[in-house]
This record gives sequence, C-alpha cells and structure tokens, in this order.
Amino acid sequence: MQMQKLKILAWLAMLIPGLALAQVSEFELENGLKLIVKEDHRAPVVVSQVWYKVGSSYEHNGITGISHILEHMMFKGTENLEPNEFSQIIADNGGEHNAFTGRDYTAYFQKLHKDRLEVSFKHESDRMRNLIIDSAELIKERDVVAEERRMRTEDNPKAQLRESFNAAAFMSSPYHHPVIGWMSDIHHYQADDLRDWYQQWYAPNNATVVVAGDVEPKTVLELAKKYFGPLKPEQVAELKPQTEVAQKGLREIKVKAPAELPYLMMGWKVPVVTTVAEDKAWEPYALEVLAGILDGGNSARFARELVREQQVATNVGAGNSLFSRLKDLFVIAGTPANGKSVADLEQAIREQLQRLKDEPVTEQELARVKAQVVADTVYEKDSVFYQAMQIGMLETIGLDWMVGENYVDNVKQVTAEQVQAVANKYFVDDRLTIGELVPQPLDGSRPAVTTGDTHVR
Amino acid sequence: MFAKPFAFVALCLTSALAWANPDIQHWDTDNGAGVYFVPAPELPMVDISVVFNAGAARDGDMPGLAKMTSAMLDEGAGGMSADEIATAFADVGANFGASSERDMAVFSLRTLTEDQAFEQALTTYSQILAKPDFPQAPFERIQQTLLTGLQAENQSPKAIASRAFYENLYPSHPYGVMPNGTADSVKQLTPEDLKAFYQQYFVSRNAVVVIVGAVDRSEAEQIAERVTAGLAAGEAAPALPQVAELKSAELIHKSFPSTQTTIVMGQPGISRDDPDYFPLYVGNHILGGSGLVSMLSDELREKRGLTYGVYSYFRPMQQLGPYQMALQTRNEKAEEALTVLRDTVKNFVETGPSEAQLTAAKQNITGGFALRVDSNSKIADYLAMIGFYDLPLDYLDNFNDRVNAVTVAEIKDAFKRRVNADKMLTVLVGGETEKQ
Repeated sequence: MQMQKLKILAWLAMLIPGLALAQVSEFELENGLKLIVKEDHRAPVVVSQVWYKVGSSYEHNGITGISHILEHMMFKGTENLEPNEFSQIIADNGGEHNAFTGRDYTAYFQKLHKDRLEVSFKHESDRMRNLIIDSAELIKERDVVAEERRMRTEDNPKAQLRESFNAAAFMSSPYHHPVIGWMSDIHHYQADDLRDWYQQWYAPNNATVVVAGDVEPKTVLELAKKYFGPLKPEQVAELKPQTEVAQKGLREIKVKAPAELPYLMMGWKVPVVTTVAEDKAWEPYALEVLAGILDGGNSARFARELVREQQVATNVGAGNSLFSRLKDLFVIAGTPANGKSVADLEQAIREQLQRLKDEPVTEQELARVKAQVVADTVYEKDSVFYQAMQIGMLETIGLDWMVGENYVDNVKQVTAEQVQAVANKYFVDDRLTIGELVPQPLDGSRPAVTTGDTHVR
Repeated sequence: MFAKPFAFVALCLTSALAWANPDIQHWDTDNGAGVYFVPAPELPMVDISVVFNAGAARDGDMPGLAKMTSAMLDEGAGGMSADEIATAFADVGANFGASSERDMAVFSLRTLTEDQAFEQALTTYSQILAKPDFPQAPFERIQQTLLTGLQAENQSPKAIASRAFYENLYPSHPYGVMPNGTADSVKQLTPEDLKAFYQQYFVSRNAVVVIVGAVDRSEAEQIAERVTAGLAAGEAAPALPQVAELKSAELIHKSFPSTQTTIVMGQPGISRDDPDYFPLYVGNHILGGSGLVSMLSDELREKRGLTYGVYSYFRPMQQLGPYQMALQTRNEKAEEALTVLRDTVKNFVETGPSEAQLTAAKQNITGGFALRVDSNSKIADYLAMIGFYDLPLDYLDNFNDRVNAVTVAEIKDAFKRRVNADKMLTVLVGGETEKQ
C-alpha cells in the first residue's frame, strides 16, 4: 500500500511541467510600470488588477490605516469622474470590481468580459494620478471605516485578541499595527495626509498591472501603453527599514472581552522568503512543510491527535507566513475542547512541537504533504482571479512572480531532516508570543439601557 | 522598453473553446438519481457532488439532526475509521467536503483524474455515502463540537440576529429551525436518530449527482453509478408545507455588549420556481443587490456614512425563502439607519425603479453572465441548483433573455404584491447608546 502511495506521488511530480496551460508574459513600460499577462483561455473573461507597493507596513504611528482609507477614497472621484462613477461604469459593463489593502500592498481589481478590458485600463490609469480627495467626502468615509473597524474588530473577541497579539509580538516592526488602523487614527485623518500619501505612492513606477484570462499579451501591452504609458513617474521615497528589535524572552498577553469561548494564539518569529539568507533559502519551505505536517487537512497531526485522539481542541490550526515583506510569525491558534483549558491546549501543542524536534517526520507524512501541495496547484488553476493574485502579491512584496511557479519544486525538495532542523531552530520560547482570550460575561457586564430583550409587535 | 516573455509548453490550446454557456448533459442512474454533467477537459481534475434533499427542513422536532448526520459521514464508513478516511483522501491530494443547510445536504469531492488518485478518491467517497457507521466515540466528539459551535454563536451579534430572524419569520414552519440546532436538542440526539435520518433521506431517489471535469460521457456515467450504487432507492422527500405570510410588523430587540447594532429586516420571499422570480430578482438588484451601486448602499453608506455594508437579497428555496436586508451601525445611529432603510424600501415598493436604473441593472446582470460560469466550481454550483430545484436544462441559456424581458411595470407590480413594507420583521441586536 505504501509503495502504491509513493508511486502516485512520483506521477504527480511529473504532472506539473506539462500542466502550465497558461503563458505568462512580462513587460515594463518606459515610465516604470510593470505589466504581467497570464493567459487562460478557458472562459471569455478577464481579471485586471493594479497593485501598489504600499500598505499598513509602510505607515507610522498617528496615521495607521491611511493606506486602507486611501483605498476607499480611490472610489470617490477624479478630475474626470464623479464620486462612485467608476463603480457605476464597471456595473454598466457587466463587471465586478473592488479593492483590498494588506500589510504590504494595496490592490484594485475588475472582473469583466474579455472585450471590456479597456474600460478597466482607462479608469485605473486615471485614478493612478488624477484622484481628487475632497474633505467632506473624507469625513463621511472616516465614519464608514470606523463602522468597518467596529464590525471586524471591536465586536469580534477573536479579532481583538489577534490585534493585541500582533502588537505584542512586533515592537518596532510596522506589523505591530493593524491594517485598518487604530480607532483614534481613523478619526483624525486629514485630507492633506491622504493627498501626501497618494502623491508619494501612487505612480506607474510603484505599480504592477496583472491581467489574467482570455487575452492576447500583445493587445494588452498596446492597451497598457495607450492608457498607462503617458503617466509621469514619481520619485518614490526610500522606505525606512523599521527593523524589528531582537526579542529577548517569552511574551504573554491576555485580552478580556465578552465571549463564551476562550482562544489561544502562539506565534514564533520566523524568516520568510524575502528576508532569509541565501544559504538558508530552504528554511521557509521547511516551515511550510512543517505546517502541513501539523495542519494539512483532516489527516494531519493536529486533526488526528489533538482533535480526535486527545480531544483537547475543538479546532486548532497552524499557519506559516511564507510570503511577506518583513520577518513574520509562524502562528498556531485554537479553541480548547469543552472541559479543557487554554493551558491544556498549550501543553498539547508544546508536546507536538517537542516531537517534531526529537523525531524526523515519517516519509509517509512527508509524501502526503507534498501530494496535497501538488494537487492544490492543479486546483488553483480553476480560478483565474487566484492566479492573478499570486503574481501580483509576489511582485509587490519584492519577489519575482516566478517564485510562485517554483513553489512546488521548493516544497518537494524539503527533507525530514530539514523539518526537524527548523523545528529545533525556531520553536524556542525566546521567539514566542502567547495570546489568550479570557471570556467575560456576555450579559450584565455593562448596564444596559433596555431591560433585557424586548419584543414589540 | 523591454519584454521578457515566458512561454510554457501549452497542453491543449486547441480546446480554447469560448463557450458562452456550459453544455449540460442529464440522465438518471439505474436506481433513480438525477445526474447533471458538464465536460471540462482543460484541467486534469474533476468535481463531483451528491446533493440530497436532506437539510435542516427535515429536522422535525430534533433541530441539528441533519447537520450532525452530514458531519458524521466521514467519521467512519464501511469499517474505515476517520483517520483512515482522511488519509485515503490526503494521500492522493483529494478534497472532501460536507455541508448542510435548510434545503440541501451537499457532499463534494474534488480529485485529480490520474487513474490511481481518482480510483482511491472515488472508492472512499462512494463508501462514505453508502456505508456510514455512525460510531459511538466520534458521535460524542461531534456532539461536543456542535455544542461549542452553538456557544460561538452566542458571542456573535450577527449569529444571534440571524437566529432570531429565522425563528420569528417561520414560527411554525421547518425553515424556522436553525441548521446548527439548539443545545437542548443536540444533547439529546443519538446515533440511532442519525441512522434513521440517513436511511430515510440518503437514498438515490432523493439525490442529485453533479459532475464537472476532465471525464467523458461514459466515464461520467460510471462515476454516477458508482457513487449511488450503494444507496437504497428509497423515496424522494415529501414536499414541504407552505409558508404563512407575516400577519403584522414585528420588532425584536436583543441586548448585546457590542459597539454596533446589527439590523436584520425582512419577510418571506420567493420559492425557486416562483413566477415572480425575475421581476423580483432584477428589482432587488437595483434596490440592494448590486453592492456599492445599489440604492440602499447609496442612501446608507455613500450619502450618510452609516455603515460599511448594506445589502438585500431574495434567497429562493423549495418553499418561500427569506427576503432579507441587513446592516451594522454604531449603536447611537441604529434608529436613524433603521428609518433610512425602511423609507428606502417603502419608496421603492411604491414607485419602483426608473427606466434608466432598470437598463443599468440589465446591463450589469447580463453583461456579467460569463463571470458566473467561468470556473468548474461555479458551474458545479449551478448544476446542483438546476438539479435540486428541477429547473429546465436550458435555464442558463435563457437567463439573459428572461432578465432582458423584465419591465418597470412588472417590477412595480411584483413588489407591490409580494413585498409589504408595513409588515416587516425587524431584529436589532446591540448595546446601549454610548454616552458622548
């Protein structure tokens, strides 16, 4: 049986080179704008994404979240368009569009019928340089973002813990503050703050345009030249390093919030692909495989041993940050099972890590993780949007999109000894931050104006 | 300017078929399950789903029964343990999923089509569907997991609002039962209850099989036979009772220590075969179904900054599914937001959309059709819907024509008859007003 499994893996390994259905073409315009086109002719659709090298990790205290609210303001009109008019134009063209902000990027996207790509380029190029930031619109949008923060963070106990956990784990790194920003910063953005931020980062030489779908690269290039080509490049400021200070011991924080369930987070500082030394380039991939050994689906150690066998967790997951701009965390987080405490869960997790340090993982487990990674690269090709995402994210954090194409190869080269080595090197308490959500009563914790539930017909 | 093109070997560029609509093939298995198949040869993978008419609407007086039955299938089957089942899938990179809502219980498999991977995944999947063991120890664990899930609901204002909304929208209809059940009910369930539920509803005449992927017709026929062969023929589930209209407006306010108030408003909406489906769908698209450009978003977010997001939608089901609108706003603005929401809905019901709004909505819906069927997984979802609700096979072919045929007069007429702004159920969950 085991032989058979290994045979399957060998076949899967051979599958990948022929699988690259899509062609990727890469161009750079004279003004420094990067254009990457990935062909996927399965359906007559196109995804267009504009990625800017700016996000919350580019910010400093006092203006945290400014990249995110600027993303909101990008829908509020330009020298050529009224507020919200871009959204209406995309809707009229049968498209969908939106945007997202992360720690290391801000990205805008449209999904359209392949014939409508020009609509995207025409207006994305416009708002790359011609945005109007109106004070009255900004004040309204501060309220919208404050509501977004209340919804995502203030009224969500786990999100509150996550925010405090990151702030404790990172002291001088900008990963300290949340992408959406602290509430008091949100209330105090001024139009000039945003204008400066926009001027500084929104320029063709700080952007990557990714187009994926049923398109011809040459045609896309011509369109890009027509619309983005005339834009003037900007002197893009050199980013301050904001290097994280060395951690010198275990950090522990607790967050009290109205909740029924406790929650545990444990995070160790680890190298990522962008920051790792050249001779240690395999380490982030070994950590990736290690995450798969613990939490690669329902057959992995966490589900098998912590959830089903020991029944110490209702759910528990492990996540490695392979692709980020700065040093990041390997995070393990979970909810203790009924009748078990956060301390019980922490103990069980620590035993799992000790085993990874003491014993090499089995060949069978290693093969299983790799088989899943190989299969997932096939499944990912079902989503044109995901393919474009992968390219844009890698380029924007300072890597080449080819790093994504080499991901499977890098994972496949990881050995059991390497997994054991990174376990011993990185899962040490001096790199660790522990966060615990301590549930507070959901009723009676604050005097309510209403006398309990009301029911009016 | 420089260009550095990377070209990989193209596997099958010849099949660059720009299908506007998937070619749906339909037949029945030997024991009576309906099969819906779309070939998709481009990627070496296949998506398979078996959908049973066995959602929470069949829970009867045991809320949580359907959900727990679904959750137990891969906990032991044909003598295989949960570990063995999980390993069998993982070894070949296959993904298995189970979900259960009010109407449907869905079991899905995504696997590579390579012979050995496919064989192992399909054998395991078929065994889970046909021979679940409902073993005692995993049963107790899953019971605890469901109870923990119910506790998690208690700390989520949205989940609390949703439960209050459904329970009061359908006070005497099976749709009032929450799929997650109640703590009291979940504690009382036994493996015997689950076995009985399985035997009645997990039968081929109550099943639809969906296949999308790199297999041909004869392979698809074999797949459909294999995944249903172990099922009893049984009987299709009986029709659900009709939904009663709300008799009067109703307002429920639940206190919760949150900074925002969650507002959910609505009434019974439409069924999947509803004659008013298209006028109501297109009309609602304008009112609250089109994201940032909808009327509700314009009034509540763009003009007033009251919320991050507001939406309304019809959820068509076997019987009248809910017509639901929702938003969150800071506690002190709850009253204002509710007033704007009510007024906007009321005005729309009274005056309907303008011709220009209708034209824009049609352009958006029909122009975006290609986006709705641009992946295997999206096509599989449509097939499940068409099969489960017994919609015509040319449903997708005619979709744009049906949308384009809708008139302003039809929307006004349908909204006047079907949406009563004075008889809405409104649920508010939130804290007291913060003192300024």
